[in-house]
Amino acid sequence: MSAGTAVPAQRLDWLPLALIPALALVALPFMPSLPTWVTLTVAGLAMGMMIFMMAAGLTLVFGLMDVMNFAHGVFISVGAYAATSVLVAMKASMQAPSLGANLSAILPALLAAMALAGFLGWFFERVVIRPVYGDHLRQILVTMGGLIVVEQLIHVVWGPDIIPVPRPATITGSFIVADAAIERYRLLAVLVGIVVFVAMWLVLNRTRLGLLIRAGVENAEMVESLGYRIRRLFIGVFVAGSALAGLGGVMWALYQESVNAQIGMQMMVVLFIVLIIGGLGSVGGCFVGALLVGLVANYTGYLAPKLALGSNILLMVLVLLWRPRGLYPIGKA
Amino acid sequence: MPREPLLSLAGVNTHVGQYHILQGVDFEVARGGLTMLLGRNGAGKTTALRTIMGLWRASAGAIRYDGREITRTPTPELAQLGIAYVPENMGIFAGLTVRENLTLAARGGPPDEKRLEWIFGLFPAMKKFWNGLAGNLSGGQKQMLAISRAIVEPRKLLLVDEPTKGLAPSIIANMIEAFRELKRSEASLLVVEQNFHFARSLGDTVAVMDSGRIVHTGRMDALAADEPLQQKLLGLSLDVHQ
Repeated sequence: MSAGTAVPAQRLDWLPLALIPALALVALPFMPSLPTWVTLTVAGLAMGMMIFMMAAGLTLVFGLMDVMNFAHGVFISVGAYAATSVLVAMKASMQAPSLGANLSAILPALLAAMALAGFLGWFFERVVIRPVYGDHLRQILVTMGGLIVVEQLIHVVWGPDIIPVPRPATITGSFIVADAAIERYRLLAVLVGIVVFVAMWLVLNRTRLGLLIRAGVENAEMVESLGYRIRRLFIGVFVAGSALAGLGGVMWALYQESVNAQIGMQMMVVLFIVLIIGGLGSVGGCFVGALLVGLVANYTGYLAPKLALGSNILLMVLVLLWRPRGLYPIGKA
Repeated sequence: MPREPLLSLAGVNTHVGQYHILQGVDFEVARGGLTMLLGRNGAGKTTALRTIMGLWRASAGAIRYDGREITRTPTPELAQLGIAYVPENMGIFAGLTVRENLTLAARGGPPDEKRLEWIFGLFPAMKKFWNGLAGNLSGGQKQMLAISRAIVEPRKLLLVDEPTKGLAPSIIANMIEAFRELKRSEASLLVVEQNFHFARSLGDTVAVMDSGRIVHTGRMDALAADEPLQQKLLGLSLDVHQ
């Protein structure tokens, strides 16, 4: 259908996106050298991409289902542990200096992480979340309870000790570009993050399923009134969001080169900061917010390490002073 | 033998939280007509529509639609059976374009071109703002979009809650014309309205609610001609609402 010509088409709000290069440029004069700035910027973007993978599911679940899932961190942890089990079992393939051999270990690890986290998400939606739809206080209580239970189960299955996670040989180490050391793994994290974001953007903006999700985030009741079973959509989004958190968990565990039962819970404060900065329920906002948080954490971590976490809270306050409902607010009914 | 009404409510009760809103509602919507549901604020009109649509569950009584009981039927299934709902707040998806709003409402695939041309004839603004964000439309245009969305595919029954709320008189005149055209289509309509001029212009039959009950049913023209009855039922004078 091509009706209408002189039509005010939907325009992208570029201002929040422009914050990312603006922030990088503002940080430049404070750096001792250009290579340091390049290294920190790549590290910040990589961290931001990993945070985005972990947070994207949480923001969709909140936007679509109005559920504050404080147990989201367990999907990160379980994903990280599932992948670790596969990677440790395939240690020889990981240590081989061959990309093919490395991939033969990494791909099953990623699939295992996403499958287990997705299954746990399905179980959570059916058993823990479903009885408390529409009741935020009980949601917080039961999801916190679920978080504690799963963390203890992780101790039972994988033990209480920190487990080292081997990085594949071909993405270990750095390469030098114009005196700037860039870690191979960080570059990979940026690439994976971009792929995930583009895939999500295409699904949300180019498919009927995405149209339904975007509409459901705004007004779930109206979507039902149009004849769609929103409950099925809820389950699908919850499972996909959990699987994505599992993927983020693997990336984060490989980044830290170790995994412990609290790996997901430790990220929750940062994830909520990202959600609030981006606008609750907004995937685009979550992406921009995650990159901003990653950059700020890395710049301040280098310039003033004691201010690292505080700087993210300051960033959130500044964004909310500018846009009280976040960078890309969702018009919920 | 008289035809069975398209929709009938018998002794319908609805509780919303601790409040007992509908207290034994009985009325019918004939096939192919426009039934006005009138009443003062808080009479239970919106609750009646939401109960029919399955958004609030009836705690007692029975709702029948097109020959089948639908009291416990889930909302999506009711929509698939041909009931469309336009809520009081219009329920448009502000972050989606006009095109996306209508595409979503057309469950059977892309909207039919002929049907769209018919809708554009009713509401030219929909064509003009086809790729514009629904959230940027004016109040009247949003109402037009909400109604367009309800009729983008053929429906048997349209439930419309206060279509003239907050609209300028000139827009209301356009809306009356659009509803006249809708009456000529295949759909039956149940319209909640506060604007008596609008109701009198379009209604075939009327049901009046007060305190969660139906207190009057009959022909709309008969109510329009009976000013004392209007005063008694609605507390208004027709002259004031011309």
